[in-house]
Amino acid sequence: MLVEILFWVFASILVVSALAMIMVKNPVHAAMLLVLCFFTSANVWLLIEAEFLAVVLVLVYVGAVMVLFLFVVMMLDINVEAIRLRVTRYAVVGGIVAGIVVFQIVSVVWTRSLGIDVTTGAQAKPPGYSNTAELGKALFTDYVYPFELAAVLLLIAIVAAITLTMRKRPGLKYQDVSRQVAVRSRDRVRIVKVEATRPDAPSEETKP
Amino acid sequence: MIPLNWLLTLSGVLFAISVAGMFINRKSLILLLMCVELLLLAVNFNFVAFSRYLDDIDGQIFVFFVLTVAAAESAIGLAILVVLFRERRSINVEDLNTLKG
Repeated sequence: MLVEILFWVFASILVVSALAMIMVKNPVHAAMLLVLCFFTSANVWLLIEAEFLAVVLVLVYVGAVMVLFLFVVMMLDINVEAIRLRVTRYAVVGGIVAGIVVFQIVSVVWTRSLGIDVTTGAQAKPPGYSNTAELGKALFTDYVYPFELAAVLLLIAIVAAITLTMRKRPGLKYQDVSRQVAVRSRDRVRIVKVEATRPDAPSEETKP
Repeated sequence: MIPLNWLLTLSGVLFAISVAGMFINRKSLILLLMCVELLLLAVNFNFVAFSRYLDDIDGQIFVFFVLTVAAAESAIGLAILVVLFRERRSINVEDLNTLKG
């Protein structure tokens, strides 16, 4: 019973904060409300015993992605009023589309049996069950190649983000590695043939 | 335990809210990116719920990969946004008409 009450509380907070997120004018407020959405979702996932993903959601989304969003929002000087000029015209279309989506999903979910008993819910896991251990077993046996691919994808994302945002200022002194590598010895050292002379013999320059 | 159709309905409502948010905020690129994040969260709800009720851990693995791809997407998207703002001094979608598409 307590779980159901908590679910309704979390679900209402989630829906209200998502609605507020798409309505507010200020992007900083929208980002903060999105943080609330993610945190509440993590709580709902804890209620249905997906503990590892709930912790990952808080760590990755609230800790990294939303901080990145806030950083970018605060770094850019966005003129909020100029962007949100004609809001009401599209709000009507958006509301109609959202209503159709909700109607379709509700009509499918609540009228058709999904092949499993959807009314009672799954059994609770035994006390010694570890969601993290089960997830780790699957991730490092059946899904080890996709896991490696995900790591490569993140590396590509890092390289792409740094390459895109790196700025070359005009007065900056930096080493051009390709020019350093491409240099040849005859560009730097000039070998001059010098006529050998005796030390006591008067040279051309010292002659008056 | 929470019935499965409660969770699926909550996920559907979240999805619809983020779709409506894309219509409402269709001029600001950064709010569009936030709506995409919310949309992916709604999809992840479905994965977690079905994984729990079918007692199959693979659904949660997929949520893991969706989170990875979403993090990479938002990092590159925000980098493009920063470069765009540096060039144009604006992130309004209607200013992005260089290609005359």
